[in-house]
Amino acid sequence: MRHLLSTRDLSRQDAIEILDVAEEMSAVGEREIKKLPALRGRTVVNLFFEDSTRTRISFEAAAKRLSADVITFAVKGSSVSKGESLKDTAQTLEAMSADAVVIRHWASGAPARLATSDWIDAAVINAGDGMHEHPTQALLDAFTLRRHWAKISGVPAIGSDLSSMAVTIVGDVLHSRVARSNLWLLKTLGASVTLVAPPTLVPVGAEAWPCRITYDLDEALAARPDAVMMLRLQAERMNAAFFPSTREYSRRWGFDDARLAALDTHGLEHTVIMHPGPMNRGLEISAGAADSPRSTVLAQVRNGVSVRMAALYLLLSGEHQATSVPATTQLTQENSR
Amino acid sequence: MTAPARYLIRGAALLGRERADLLIADGIIAEVGTGLSAAGATLIDADGLVALPGLVDLHTHLREPGREDAETVETGTRAAAKGGFTAVHAMANSTPVADTAGVVEQVYSLGRRAGWVEVRPVGAVTVGLGGTQLAEIGAMADSRAGVRVFSDDGVCVSDPVLMRRALEYVKAFNGVIAQHAQEPRLTEGAQMNEGAVSAVLGLTGWPAVAEESIIARDVLLAHHVQSRLHVCHVSTAGSVDIIRWAKARGIRVTAEVTPHHLLLTDELVRSYNPVYKVNPPLRTGEDVQALREALADGTIDIVGTDHAPHPSEHKECEWAQAAMGMTGLETALSVVQHTMINSGLMDWEGFARVTSRAPAAIGGLEQQGRPCVAGEAANVTLVDPAARWVVDPDKMATMGRNSPFAGTELPGAVHATFFRGHPTVLDGRLNTPHPTAAEESTWTG
Repeated sequence: MRHLLSTRDLSRQDAIEILDVAEEMSAVGEREIKKLPALRGRTVVNLFFEDSTRTRISFEAAAKRLSADVITFAVKGSSVSKGESLKDTAQTLEAMSADAVVIRHWASGAPARLATSDWIDAAVINAGDGMHEHPTQALLDAFTLRRHWAKISGVPAIGSDLSSMAVTIVGDVLHSRVARSNLWLLKTLGASVTLVAPPTLVPVGAEAWPCRITYDLDEALAARPDAVMMLRLQAERMNAAFFPSTREYSRRWGFDDARLAALDTHGLEHTVIMHPGPMNRGLEISAGAADSPRSTVLAQVRNGVSVRMAALYLLLSGEHQATSVPATTQLTQENSR
Repeated sequence: MTAPARYLIRGAALLGRERADLLIADGIIAEVGTGLSAAGATLIDADGLVALPGLVDLHTHLREPGREDAETVETGTRAAAKGGFTAVHAMANSTPVADTAGVVEQVYSLGRRAGWVEVRPVGAVTVGLGGTQLAEIGAMADSRAGVRVFSDDGVCVSDPVLMRRALEYVKAFNGVIAQHAQEPRLTEGAQMNEGAVSAVLGLTGWPAVAEESIIARDVLLAHHVQSRLHVCHVSTAGSVDIIRWAKARGIRVTAEVTPHHLLLTDELVRSYNPVYKVNPPLRTGEDVQALREALADGTIDIVGTDHAPHPSEHKECEWAQAAMGMTGLETALSVVQHTMINSGLMDWEGFARVTSRAPAAIGGLEQQGRPCVAGEAANVTLVDPAARWVVDPDKMATMGRNSPFAGTELPGAVHATFFRGHPTVLDGRLNTPHPTAAEESTWTG
């Protein structure tokens, strides 16, 4: 693995390796000194063309726990071309000897442009690009689901996948990079996926996707999902005629208290409720659901750091070579120091 | 000029059929026959070459005036000559817009001074391409440039009343409105064809219906006011169906397809490489197949390059930031040979129809697209159909490096281009402009 651009082109083996290494990284986070020397002397640049406090600090924490030097480069995101180009920015980072670039960009494909151009030699991690993908979000969601799935199945999480798990993703699929990355990764890991959205927020062309698509959330819940993932409704969609009003959206596609109760009615003891954050409480998810024992919201945030540590570690420590076995071994040695 | 004014082309296959000698003298085809004497003439051995009427492009962006960093009339027409063209129509979206007699005369004059091909300016339909007020179409028609084709290309004349008036008004000058069919509200922020690929890539879709709905409306308007309509760069199978229906009803509509829409599909966008960003966007394989069949059966009348050079910084960026457009003048012949002739859909006679005769007729160019017979203006292109070459944008005459065919091996090469009896291209290389170019002084002079 040279870059982490999308989950669509991530093999099952690479995905499981990232999740397994993340499990080891998670153990580091539970120690008194939450730091490994693995990336000492390496430079990780957080290049953010779009505001995102949560993802940025998660990557920052991940890089720092691996002892990398972290530089944050926030370019005020604008859809109008002015100021420095992506090419000039990339070449500037190259001149500063960045080893990895974590890029968040409002334009779909910007990380792929960085990775495939000759502007920069660093490893590129996609931290969310436009409506395309957000692979580390999907990996942390899969990590969270795998721990849950392994626990109720009574097997160790390491090495396992999401076979026979049923996951329902609800909300604005059209504009969601989280939905796309999750769909591809969940399929790769053996889960079955149902998408629930208003018809206006399902992309034309999604009929070819490897999932079931329905417009009826209650019907989807009656189909007994093991996990329900609620997507954030972006403010700019609310007045763009995709649906009549936020109240109507909330009634039909929001995870409210009645639907929370319906999980019990359906006898779905182990079904979890996920949200990538930040949540619009009372809109796509009720406070009751967000704060219920079924909610994995905080676990997702916690796991985000572990997964991003794993991604940085695998891309940088084993640069240009096979990383699978040595990575784990080396880590164990460092742990024992 | 010291170059001899007489050329004997020995043994060219006329339109790919019978072989003959062509004697070119004093700007015309003086004689056609076999065993013609080469005395006093420069001999060109055309063994294995196909003789065609010089190519005519109805859709070229020469960028001058205003964006001389992208292309000039000089560089764009060099590229045209190299690609086998003897005439191009310069689109109106320059800066300032070609919406007055002054601007179209400037472009016309720059073309005469360059001397590589005949340059016919296209006039804007509306002032500043603004879509609200008709430009002075009559003044442009009566100008020295003699404009007959009017287009807001780059922008759709979306107001149905304005489109109706434009279609009606140009009847006074035997003009034609060339429509860029794109419903603006359906394509706000559009980045690529809307379909399976855009769904995965997360790029805002440019739906086929945004093109088809405008074409449907416009053919009905053209029928209603009994005028001529030309549809630029048709890109979808649905558009082909509508145009076929309109022609069957006797509506006077002509249609154009670009070489890139005959070959490339939206699968290429998966690379996010903006060299594939173009308007209308690359469509699906089914659309490509429908466009080829429509060009072969005459539903689509012509090939227009939509040659659109851009400076590199407008393509070396994020997809969403990149400019739309591809160069096309120097690859058009090869792409059409590859997609239409080598695929068995068309012969060289058909090739001459769609690249020369029909576009010359739509544009009202009397000296272009003529048969290879004695007495006609010597606008002739010699093609080596057996040649194969790898596209290298750095070796092109256009200033644009944005060729989607870079690195692709294509068949067919231009061996020579004769423009009004003068070889602008010889042995596959640019020669010299037409000697009369020097006679055109400054356009103000």
